[in-house]
Amino acid sequence: MAIVLVDYHKGNIRSVQRGLQAAGAQVLVSDSPEDVRRAEAVVLPGVGAYRDASDTLQELGLMGALRDACDRGVPFLGICLGMHLMFEGGEEHASASSPAPGLGLLPGVVGRVSPEDAEGRHFKVPHVGWNSVHPAQGAQGSALAQLLFEGIRPGEFFYFTHSFQAPEGEGTIARTRHAQWFPSAVAVPGNPQFGVQFHPEKSSDAGAALLRNFVRIANGERGR
Amino acid sequence: MLTKRVIPCLDVKDGRVVKGVNFVGLRDAGDPIELACRYDAQKADEVVFLDITATSDRRDTTVELASRASEELHLPYCVGGGFRSVADIRRMIAAGADKVSVNSAAVANPALITEAARAFGTQAILCAIDAKQVPGNPNKWEVYVAGGRKATGLDAVEWAVEAARRGAGEILLTSMDRDGSRDGFDCALTRAVARAVDVPVIASGGVGKLEHFAQGILEGEADAVLAASVFHFGEFTVRQVKESMASYGIPVRL
Repeated sequence: MAIVLVDYHKGNIRSVQRGLQAAGAQVLVSDSPEDVRRAEAVVLPGVGAYRDASDTLQELGLMGALRDACDRGVPFLGICLGMHLMFEGGEEHASASSPAPGLGLLPGVVGRVSPEDAEGRHFKVPHVGWNSVHPAQGAQGSALAQLLFEGIRPGEFFYFTHSFQAPEGEGTIARTRHAQWFPSAVAVPGNPQFGVQFHPEKSSDAGAALLRNFVRIANGERGR
Repeated sequence: MLTKRVIPCLDVKDGRVVKGVNFVGLRDAGDPIELACRYDAQKADEVVFLDITATSDRRDTTVELASRASEELHLPYCVGGGFRSVADIRRMIAAGADKVSVNSAAVANPALITEAARAFGTQAILCAIDAKQVPGNPNKWEVYVAGGRKATGLDAVEWAVEAARRGAGEILLTSMDRDGSRDGFDCALTRAVARAVDVPVIASGGVGKLEHFAQGILEGEADAVLAASVFHFGEFTVRQVKESMASYGIPVRL
């Protein structure tokens, strides 16, 4: 079983590739829509700007291929911008009223990280560095979400670097607080499809554990 | 809660660490990756490789370094030094660098920051600023380029604001007055920049004692602290630094 690691020419997929390989996966790095359509599992990494990524996925024919694969219910992991692309759209270099389109696996539009907390105190954006990831209430019920975080203590540190964040919704399975709480991991309800805001491939042992768990899910484990 | 970062910095020339390295048990003290792996194991939050290779034709070694780093490190890393164009930056990011820092080229051509941030995202672009206090004016600092050899006439705080506005996701701020002094960070400079910009500021230059790290955060209001020789000479481990910071109530990843 090979995981297709989608290379849409936005750099920095080697660490993800190495991380998945270290987790025991065979990895096929590809920008081919055919590979994605045939994939048994897909990882969508990503750094950079939403609009640019969205345009590139369209141009390469990957947007439709990813939607088809996800419609089939293949195990999927979106990382950082890849997580953002799971939503309906994003505002980066676009606007709230006409966002750049995403895959639409989850509802809502990706917006800016808030620089202010409820008391009006100022926080730095981008949100850069190691922050705690806490399982969301209710997500305990999802065996798949539990499996993704198996062996990882609640509040474990992961590495983040982003200026935009996913919208809140039913898909939220973990949250992190900067100026405000935001979804740091999401799942498509009923499917083995996840997005994480942090970079597991850059997050030391905890990140390696999460990638191993995803590879188990990709291999057909579904938790209890 | 977001933790404050501790970042060892390695000066690299032609693919080798320069500045003395005095570490027990290193196979090859000049290998930047072996040293960086050591810091990775000590729970460094990030590593910066500063390429001081003078000639551009030797820069292939730095691309190779970035590529090896992405194979062997489990933490984010930044490569700085010598980027003149978006194409230069693209090569480094394609090799696996999470971030690049720009300095002289951005002063000469501020649009480089705008273009690079647009291409790779603001989180990938650091603006490194080397600043020196203006004589007789304790609250004014001037930007220097070309490794600190050339004054620019630019005000450091204003340049930091401009760089952030153009899309630099972080400011790596080095006090030239303090660099190598072991007197601690220039907290007045760091605070002035940290308060003026919305993006994170990494304090650099001057660490000599453990408590200097906490000072950079508490008095300098920095988001991260960077040091080189105190780590390379084995004076402090990253863990000791973090434990010291934690004793001041600073959130760190231990």
